[in-house]
Amino acid sequence: MSATLAPTPKNSPVPVSEAPDSPAPSGLEIIAPVRDETSAPGWFLARAEAAWAEFQKLPVPSVKDESWRYSNAKNIELGLHSPAISATEAQKQQALAASEGLKERTARFVFVNDELIESQTDALPAGVVCVSFAEALKSHGDVLKEHFMKREMTLGSAKFAALHLAHVKAGTVILVPKNVAIEKPIEVFHWVVGDHAAIFPHTLIVTGDNAEVSVVDHYRSLDGEGGLSIAIADLVSGTGSRITYAACQELADDAQALHLSSIVAGRDSNVKSFQVQLGAEFSRSETVSDLVGQGARSDMLSVSLPIGEQVVDQRTLQNHMAPHATSDLLYKNALYGKSRSIFSGLITVDETAHYTDAYQTCRNLLNSDEAEATSLPGLEINADQVKCSHGATSGPISDEELFYLKARGISDNESRKLIIEGFLADVLKRFGNSEVLDTLVARIDEKLERAV
Amino acid sequence: MVTAPDNDISDIKVDSVGDFTFPERNKYDSGFGITEKTVDFIADVKNDPDWIREFRHKALKIFQSKPMPTHWATKDLENIKFDEFRYYLSDGQKPKRSWDDVPEDVKRTFDRLGIPEQERKFLAGVEAQYDSEAAYSNIKAAVEEQGVIFVNSTEGLHKHPEIFKKWFGKVIPTGDNKFSALNSAVFSGGSFIYVPPGVKVKHPLQAYFRINSEQFGQFERTLIIADEGAELMYMEGCTAPKFETATLHSAVVELVAMKGAKIQYVTVQNWSSNVFNLVTKRGIAHEDAEVRWIDCNIGSRLTMKYPGVIMKGKRARGEVISIALANSGQHQDTGAKMVHAADDTTSNVISKSISIGEGRSTYRGLVHIPKHLKGCKNNTECDALLINSNSRTDTYPAISVRGNQHSTQHEASVSQVSADQIFYLMQRGLSEAEAMSLSVNGFINDLVKEFPMEYSVELKRLIDLEMEGSVG
Repeated sequence: MSATLAPTPKNSPVPVSEAPDSPAPSGLEIIAPVRDETSAPGWFLARAEAAWAEFQKLPVPSVKDESWRYSNAKNIELGLHSPAISATEAQKQQALAASEGLKERTARFVFVNDELIESQTDALPAGVVCVSFAEALKSHGDVLKEHFMKREMTLGSAKFAALHLAHVKAGTVILVPKNVAIEKPIEVFHWVVGDHAAIFPHTLIVTGDNAEVSVVDHYRSLDGEGGLSIAIADLVSGTGSRITYAACQELADDAQALHLSSIVAGRDSNVKSFQVQLGAEFSRSETVSDLVGQGARSDMLSVSLPIGEQVVDQRTLQNHMAPHATSDLLYKNALYGKSRSIFSGLITVDETAHYTDAYQTCRNLLNSDEAEATSLPGLEINADQVKCSHGATSGPISDEELFYLKARGISDNESRKLIIEGFLADVLKRFGNSEVLDTLVARIDEKLERAV
Repeated sequence: MVTAPDNDISDIKVDSVGDFTFPERNKYDSGFGITEKTVDFIADVKNDPDWIREFRHKALKIFQSKPMPTHWATKDLENIKFDEFRYYLSDGQKPKRSWDDVPEDVKRTFDRLGIPEQERKFLAGVEAQYDSEAAYSNIKAAVEEQGVIFVNSTEGLHKHPEIFKKWFGKVIPTGDNKFSALNSAVFSGGSFIYVPPGVKVKHPLQAYFRINSEQFGQFERTLIIADEGAELMYMEGCTAPKFETATLHSAVVELVAMKGAKIQYVTVQNWSSNVFNLVTKRGIAHEDAEVRWIDCNIGSRLTMKYPGVIMKGKRARGEVISIALANSGQHQDTGAKMVHAADDTTSNVISKSISIGEGRSTYRGLVHIPKHLKGCKNNTECDALLINSNSRTDTYPAISVRGNQHSTQHEASVSQVSADQIFYLMQRGLSEAEAMSLSVNGFINDLVKEFPMEYSVELKRLIDLEMEGSVG
């Protein structure tokens, strides 16, 4: 795949050199976005344009920034990347063939380099909107305007979010009307191909009252070349509705991934979000869960299995803004080689958010002498009628456990694999949906084969 | 009677090295603000050797160039006006203060604590120091027989330079943080203790009286060295509120536990609520040694204090046990730092905090297990209790572990006193406040037991006092 830059368009709204009173972004080569002004609504173009200026203005976060402590924003090598250009026909076909995940699903989308290759939406119930991002800009601009990237990026990646907004053109928008339950999941594949190609996939899920939907996003590289994915998912749940969302990141070993999710949990709703970090040399996830409605529940789950020199960086916020809400976070990392994991999570409870139940647990299993796990769990509690706790552990596989399995004739490697599967299983089990679960377990097993 | 630092100091009379007669003269005041002249003034008055004078000047430069911690610390730090403090004051105004000048709430506290009249006067800063000097001398005689050195830091650096110089500023380098630099520039008072090999000091060594008798406890500097196999327990502060005219207290405490030694450092601090209490405390534990901080913080406007242990030798052990109580207008930003730097080292942190009214308590922790080590263990438990709906608590630990031969666990919880429990106690005839006090005392009971008996009794009384009027 050629590595040429996308041609600078004639109508580029804000060329780099003319960006309003902004110094040249430090060493960044990401070029000004190309936009189709004929199909996107004016508000979107204005926001995208403002975001591009914002991106150029904002400094690259440094390790001195509290939200990048123990990590390094320079790991996201913007300087090396260019927005992905159209893949070849052969590559598209290859990606399509490799887009295997769930056996049964309600709809499927396949994107290659932010270009929609296939959409199967025949099985959707009436009234459901499930379209590509580009299509939604045309057909459901109003809903998009109401919910698209409305949350402030407080966990450190405002610069990258601005870049996403400036470049976003692919992804899915799923609107489920009230009382409609979509039984089988919707599956979306985002492929990246080409040297240092960057993609900016977006997912927006909005559910009406008592609606139900589950969505799985896969982020993959078509070949082993380094790519960059800066993805954002916005989940907005209506009263009594249920959303389950999984982001399964399996980019190539030398790719970089940034996955920013925001959750707005409405009254009595139930949102489960799942981060599976398997690929990329550096992957960072930021998940903000705003519990805005009474009785809301947000489950935030994550599994990672870094090997070699992979770095997994996880930042979370459980933001309790309404009383009687529950949030429960469980992140598990099994580390190998010289890999590193960073977990930084915060529970905040507003003064009015009484009867909050909030939990946060991060567990690290260190499987090599050089792996390193850092945990920064946090609590900021401003109301007194609460039950909040966090816990963080790190340690090796216990010798007794290993001995027990080996005494039964299971090899050392196989024993370790079993123990790690068990370690990760209780997170996976909480996902509920067995279809999705099977897929995820299969992907994790695959990675585990490489790790052990 | 203010002697500005730029005045001619040739007329200052120092009776003996670093020692001033008491109380009729020697009113030394460095004036407001901190400059090179302030540092020279202090060095002159204290007759510092040249290396200490240089040390102070270097520290001043670091202090001036170092920014305030801004990205994580509370904004209240910005309210510290360094030019409005006096950095050295001895025998000046404090001894003149009479019991009548003591604020009503402090007096009330003394009453409630049942502190004897004589002691109250002393605590208020009136001339009762001779009694306490005598008491102090008795303890001193008992420990001196064992070869223990227990003097103030000025005496330590003059009389025992060979030990003092070796360790001074080594555990906490001057540039560790802005406030350790400040202390290094203007330090005065504090203890110097050396316990010879194998000596196990039976009496706890107490520093409260002595520091006060010298009347410059604002920037005390304490250095404690327990030689191989030695053991000691050191206690500082008191369980009554200190009536401080100063609003900035910035101590540096360095502990060195040599092979197999044990140091227990007990602090019970209850400052009045106008004090910024910004303290750096750290210990080094060599092979098989143990450093244990027992820390209770009540009072002050803002306390920032994170006692730490660097476990430098194999099988060294570090421990921090702390209780913080934050009432309205107070922020207790406390915690612990555990740096594992040798194999098979273990650390334990147990921290409990109570927030009352609009008080805010914060736990900030650090556990660091770097590469190439094996068999390190850490356990951290933090529990926070919120009493009123406006109370606030935060927990920010940082745990970094490398390698697969260690285990760490951290747990924190936030809760309130259950309504059922209060109801149950009130059913048995207790008032709501009494029920609340009992519950709070129950919450910290297992930690209070770690304090020496007389401290734990007064601690309980103090908590009762803070709880008064906080419910209902």
